[in-house]
Amino acid sequence: MFGSLVSQLPIRLPSISYQAIGPELILFGAALVVLALSATVGRREHPQLYRGIGLFAAVAEGAWSANLLRLIDQHGPSLAIAGAISNDGFSAVVGIIVAAALVLTMLIGPGFVESVAGQGPEFVTLLLLSATGAIVMAQANDLIVVFLGLEILSIALYVMVGFRLRDGLSREAAFKYFILGGFSSAVFLYGVALVYGATGSTNLVKIAAFLSSHVLINNGVLLFGIALILVGFGFKVSAVPFHVWSPDVYQGAPTSVTGYMAAMAKIAAFAALLRVMMVAFHLQLEFWRPIVIALAVLSLVFGAVFALRQREIKRMLAYSSINHAGFILLGVLAATSGGVRDSLFYLGAYSVMVIGTFGLISLIQVDAGKVEGSLSLDDVRGLGRRRPAVAVLLAILILAQAGAPFTSGFIAKFSVITAVISVNEYWIAVVAMVTAAVAAAFYLRLVLALFSKDEAEVGVGDALYPVAVRGGSDQGLRLSTASLVPIWIGIWASVAITVFFGLFPTLLLDLVSRGKIFY
Amino acid sequence: MSIPGSWYLVVAALLFGLGAFGVLTRRNVIVMFMSVELMLNAVNLTFVTYARMLNDVGGQVAVFFVLVVAAAEVVVGLGIIVAIFRHRATVTVDDISSLKG
Amino acid sequence: MIATVISVPQLIVFIVSVVIIAIGGVGLLSARYPVHAALFLVMTLFGVAVLFIEEGAEFLAAVQVVVYAGAVVVLFLFVIMLLGVDREEITSFAGDTVRVALAGVGVALILAELFIVATGAWVTGAHAVAGKLSAGSNIGVLARSVFTTYLLPFELTAALLVIAVVGAVILSRRMSGVAQPRAHESREV
Repeated sequence: MFGSLVSQLPIRLPSISYQAIGPELILFGAALVVLALSATVGRREHPQLYRGIGLFAAVAEGAWSANLLRLIDQHGPSLAIAGAISNDGFSAVVGIIVAAALVLTMLIGPGFVESVAGQGPEFVTLLLLSATGAIVMAQANDLIVVFLGLEILSIALYVMVGFRLRDGLSREAAFKYFILGGFSSAVFLYGVALVYGATGSTNLVKIAAFLSSHVLINNGVLLFGIALILVGFGFKVSAVPFHVWSPDVYQGAPTSVTGYMAAMAKIAAFAALLRVMMVAFHLQLEFWRPIVIALAVLSLVFGAVFALRQREIKRMLAYSSINHAGFILLGVLAATSGGVRDSLFYLGAYSVMVIGTFGLISLIQVDAGKVEGSLSLDDVRGLGRRRPAVAVLLAILILAQAGAPFTSGFIAKFSVITAVISVNEYWIAVVAMVTAAVAAAFYLRLVLALFSKDEAEVGVGDALYPVAVRGGSDQGLRLSTASLVPIWIGIWASVAITVFFGLFPTLLLDLVSRGKIFY
Repeated sequence: MSIPGSWYLVVAALLFGLGAFGVLTRRNVIVMFMSVELMLNAVNLTFVTYARMLNDVGGQVAVFFVLVVAAAEVVVGLGIIVAIFRHRATVTVDDISSLKG
Repeated sequence: MIATVISVPQLIVFIVSVVIIAIGGVGLLSARYPVHAALFLVMTLFGVAVLFIEEGAEFLAAVQVVVYAGAVVVLFLFVIMLLGVDREEITSFAGDTVRVALAGVGVALILAELFIVATGAWVTGAHAVAGKLSAGSNIGVLARSVFTTYLLPFELTAALLVIAVVGAVILSRRMSGVAQPRAHESREV
């Protein structure tokens, strides 16, 4: 019997490149260390220890990725572990961007989350685990691996969004995010299944090889699968019309988590989207480009228009992030190596800005005596007098998001628009510029509110705030100096990075242009 | 001869549609969640059918991973649901709509 | 033309399991009580498991019954019991006609499009890319594939399960010593 003969053969494991999966190993290992320590040493005793471990792991992961990038530049990219992951410049550069976002979040986030939600080591653990998922998605060379990375990231985010269990908004945001996340995962998977049926593999390189050597006379199933995969990614990056969850979730989640989610979910989902589309379905460009164009234009327009109508700052920033997603999609639809570079630049610049922005908003909320939840434009009116440093830094980051010159936001917007022009889609470039102008209006409105003269405030945290959003007891809201120091370091770092790369964009451009996708 | 694979695929597609319809229309959070499980099952049926039609093991392995993910999702999802309703008396999304789009 | 060569017992099994799946699926969507919905879900899962066996995926069929019907649905039932079984859904289909009609038409249109584009060409892929399914016993072939081609995803499931455990612990722990917003009632069920 041939069949029984085969199953008698010993299983030969594929060669495992620990170097290529080093970033995952560092983050996952650190997460396990934090878990073990918090179980033995105690959850509340040494908050600085856990943050320190998390910070160290994030820095180590970034250093490892940078080293990996250097080695790849020397020896060339390769596939690793039976072709499951791709060890190329793209994954190394995304690894560095993930590390930057993680370091900033480790500095800013835990202090707030500890005080508003009582989650110390848990938050650090989930941050590390979710970043592991993000790295997996960036490296994945197989749709199944993409899916697993996506779920590792998403499940960690569902839990983080629901951190403030006693708070109705947070719980509901968690449920909404969860159910729509599960729905979109199922849609994505169905797309993967159809692509598998149409090509015979889930491996991106094998799909590409099959599609380049076979002409499918009837490619309906393949195209349908690609469309469903795009819909799945559309949900994850909150592109219009799949954005319905994001304003609620942005508002309901603890503010530091919102910042992290906005950055990390976008980095990971766009990295995977870029790789899947560029490697596996590059020959189907004519089919999927119109879909991506539709997503991009709708996100640009509706993100800007709806943000204009919002008076609640976190919701406004949610719509603004939809607008940003539209800009990053411009790099995707270009589908050139220049487009990939510009998307990476945008992702790097945006994630630093958005984490800093939400960090400052957390600070304002704590100042105002609000536990979490909503913060309206009126609440920040005249902040420039009371907290000039906070107001100025927030204004810089907001203007950077608007794409003001001398910030990395300007270069980011400029370069994705050039990418679209390079593929002769001029009208999209025009739409993008118009929406950037519209978006500038609401960003400016926020900045003007910060520095407006009419001070409506009676006294911070007093009668002005409705009872519903005021802290019942104010202890726990006090941030100790020990946690304020890293918060300020993180905020200053994000502002400094934003301005630095606005003044010297070539440094970052050099880095991201090494992020070539290998296939 | 065995049943043609396309029959299974049609059944799976219909099941997927049924699940999607359930998520979009039902208001009970637990039933919504079960509808997602229905969709995942439809995906699994599709994978298994393709695995048979292509004589390829990849499809069956994919189902294996989907099952693991579904189990992890159920644990966290039910955790969220329990957390919500420990504090509230109702189980429909209309009651948790203090967030408005 | 196909129908003439299909073996009758297989056809009967197929039809019966499809009927079971259909009843379960429709029942799940129209059940008034979550408990009934969970039982209908078991029915569908069972029908799918039968189809798995008919397609030669014996291991997955067993996992489907043991893990899904056995563990997952029991977890669902447990939560339903915890929250109270006798809760009826307040808003059912009747109150929400526009939404239901929109969702129904949308889903139907998408499925119709899939059926139109796929007719006659459901499967176009290369055969046995990741390994022949017929090369041995079902479990043996699967194990070989999981520990070779799919080794990395297999290891990644470890991270997934860690998150699930950590998440469940966090979500089910009662908070203490945290600033509470006063207005949200924290009435215990």
